[in-house]
Amino acid sequence: MLEIKNLHARVADEDTEILRGVNLTVNTGEVHAIMGPNGSGKSTLSYILAGRDSYEVTEGEVLFNGENMLEMAPDERAAAGMFLAFQYPIEIPGVATMEFLKTAMNAQRKARGEDVLSIPDFMRRVKAAAAHLNVSMDMLKRPLNVGFSGGEKKRAEILQMSLLEPKLCVLDETDSGLDIDALRIVSEGVNKLRSPERAMVVITHYQRLLDHIVPDVVHVLSKGRIVKTGDKSLALELEEKGYADYIDTAA
Amino acid sequence: MPAVQETIDKVKAIDVDQYKYGFVTDIESEKGAKGLSEETVRFLSAKKNEPEWMTEWRLDALRRFQQMEEPEWARVSYPKIDFDDLYYWAAPKSVEGPKSLDEVDPELLATYEKLGIPLSEQEILAGVEPKNRVAVDAVFDSVSVVTTFKEELKKAGVIFCSISEALREYPDLVRKYLGSVVPVTDNFYATLNSAVFSDGSFVYIPEGVRCPMELSTYFRINEQNTGQFERTLIIAEKGSYVSYLEGCTAPQRDENQLHAAVVELVALDDAEIKYSTVQNWFPGDKNGKGGIYNFVTKRGDCRGKNSKISWTQVETGSAITWKYPSCILRGENSRGEFYSIAVSNGYQQVDSGTKMIHLGKNTSSRIISKGISAGRSQNTYRGLVSAHRKASNARNFTQCDSLLVGQDCGAHTVPYIESKNASAQFEHEATTSKISDDQMFYCQQRGLSDEEAVALIVNGFVKDVIQQLPMEFAVEAQKLISISLEGSVG
Ligand SMILES: Nc1ncnc2c1ncn2[C@@H]1O[C@H](COP(=O)(O)OP(=O)(O)OP(=O)(O)O)[C@@H](O)[C@H]1O
Ligand SMILES: [Mg+2]
Repeated sequence: MLEIKNLHARVADEDTEILRGVNLTVNTGEVHAIMGPNGSGKSTLSYILAGRDSYEVTEGEVLFNGENMLEMAPDERAAAGMFLAFQYPIEIPGVATMEFLKTAMNAQRKARGEDVLSIPDFMRRVKAAAAHLNVSMDMLKRPLNVGFSGGEKKRAEILQMSLLEPKLCVLDETDSGLDIDALRIVSEGVNKLRSPERAMVVITHYQRLLDHIVPDVVHVLSKGRIVKTGDKSLALELEEKGYADYIDTAA
Repeated sequence: MPAVQETIDKVKAIDVDQYKYGFVTDIESEKGAKGLSEETVRFLSAKKNEPEWMTEWRLDALRRFQQMEEPEWARVSYPKIDFDDLYYWAAPKSVEGPKSLDEVDPELLATYEKLGIPLSEQEILAGVEPKNRVAVDAVFDSVSVVTTFKEELKKAGVIFCSISEALREYPDLVRKYLGSVVPVTDNFYATLNSAVFSDGSFVYIPEGVRCPMELSTYFRINEQNTGQFERTLIIAEKGSYVSYLEGCTAPQRDENQLHAAVVELVALDDAEIKYSTVQNWFPGDKNGKGGIYNFVTKRGDCRGKNSKISWTQVETGSAITWKYPSCILRGENSRGEFYSIAVSNGYQQVDSGTKMIHLGKNTSSRIISKGISAGRSQNTYRGLVSAHRKASNARNFTQCDSLLVGQDCGAHTVPYIESKNASAQFEHEATTSKISDDQMFYCQQRGLSDEEAVALIVNGFVKDVIQQLPMEFAVEAQKLISISLEGSVG
């Protein structure tokens, strides 16, 4: 589903490389976890996958279902099934969450040549998804992310993800800001979306998320490179020992 | 990333003027002589079979106009207008006077249909509940071509007709109120309008009557080199209520055209007038060529106690907008409101705002202004809130928000506050923001195109004002704002 080959990238107009040769293959149906110290380039990688133009790819390629993803505009990637749950979701004043959801769903449907959703159909979907994630009707009427608590923002991200039904889900520190109950609810929401047709990349610092969302593969990203890949036991090891062993090899 | 750049280039290539109303109606029309003179005024007045006093009133205005200087305080710039190079009268030949619907030239009916204006008494605006019927006065160049639902309104005692007809049928009413809110010499453009106004609407709501339907006037400029000078007068007697909406469009032409209207509202005790405008005159093309010069004087007089006047405007068109719908809060406990969305793109220049003049006790006012500037446009909010000596407990709340789209546009806020009464309480809040890259990227990541993202963010920004519009126009207004901003990103 996703193939990243020798990806080098920097902030546009700046010299320092942030990604320094990332290689990563994620197959359909798999869940990969990416861990790594602060500033190692995890969010940068997720932004580049989503098409943020403040980063410049200097070398390498990214294939999404065999297609060159780097040539697609962000909204084309979204319509093709790429979803990013942001580490820091953005506020959109005056736009009710409900309205945002409808606009996004219909924009993607239109781009794929599908009919727009009827209002009753849309409402049915939203209500069902919101109930699973413990998101209240009241919250859906509020402007998106404006005044939402940290946990509410993360739940709103996963709500969008479940309604947009993407093929590739990239979750950037979705666990940060969640209380214990919310972590369970959100993880259940994510697990519901696990399917043989879908792939996920879960960026996190903590094992506790991976207790709920059990990954098939775990990677360590350090200084812009993947320095270690293993199974779920790697996350447990990191939890215990920290990154010290791997940071050196990346230098 | 080449793909992204390509999208940006594509978006940039789209003309600013996605103006959907730029067509010309091919219809035989009659014009008066070019130029501004006593003869022009007499010709106009005679065309309309006006009473003698009206002709004199116009001539008096003309003499005063000839001694006035064009004002220069607004933040707009344009070449001097040659008033002698304009036509002051143009009318479709087929129109002799307001007719019933089945007598109207089919070409004209087709024009309004194309503009989405329901000139029929059975049909309704697309997507609108049948119960929300709208009576329309359609003004084409200098004349009113038809007014719908007139008979039905008459049964409720409501008079809704063209001002020309009112001058003939209800001269005493017109004479009593015309110029009582905007005096003949109020300002340069109002004086010009007083001399040469051609048509417009007249509304009279009798005591205690709640107008049974939405009233609206639709202004269309079609002819070349013709100024449009319309005059609207609305009188709400004690305890009455009316909601009125005006819309405007003009063909796309290379030369600038002048539009100088005067609107007067009078609300007596306990009466309420809700006046909404969707202004979409041709804004000029992407290089700033052509477009309407819109110099408008709109003022409401809350003459009676507990009266209320609210102005709601969505301004997307015109090359230049110079417009300050105001309220004179004379009656005790009276209330004035101003809700405005002013969108400017391309080379448009907007200098707009309001005046809330608190004269009576316990008067209150509220101003919510949302300015959106894109392209190379300049967008200024200019507002005055004043309390006179007797206006104890006057209250005002003003909120002025500006949103900038892109790097080359400007937003300016010029609030004037004058209080001669120590008990007056005036509050003013202002913000200026930009659509951030973060917001754009977030929306795009969810599948919205550049333009959809801008439209969504802008609609969020203007929501407080959109909510003030009559329901049936809110959706239209939102669409209009999106269209006006097309081509503004990249
Ligand atoms: N737009 C930018 N301008 C300048 N530097 C940037 C920018 N974006 C990222 N960086 C730098 O690139 C490095 C990687 O940042 P990134 O946000 O990808 O790290 P991360 O692995 O997600 O960290 P964290 O675990 O703290 O979220 C950091 O040193 C950061 O300061
Ligand atoms: Mg990060």
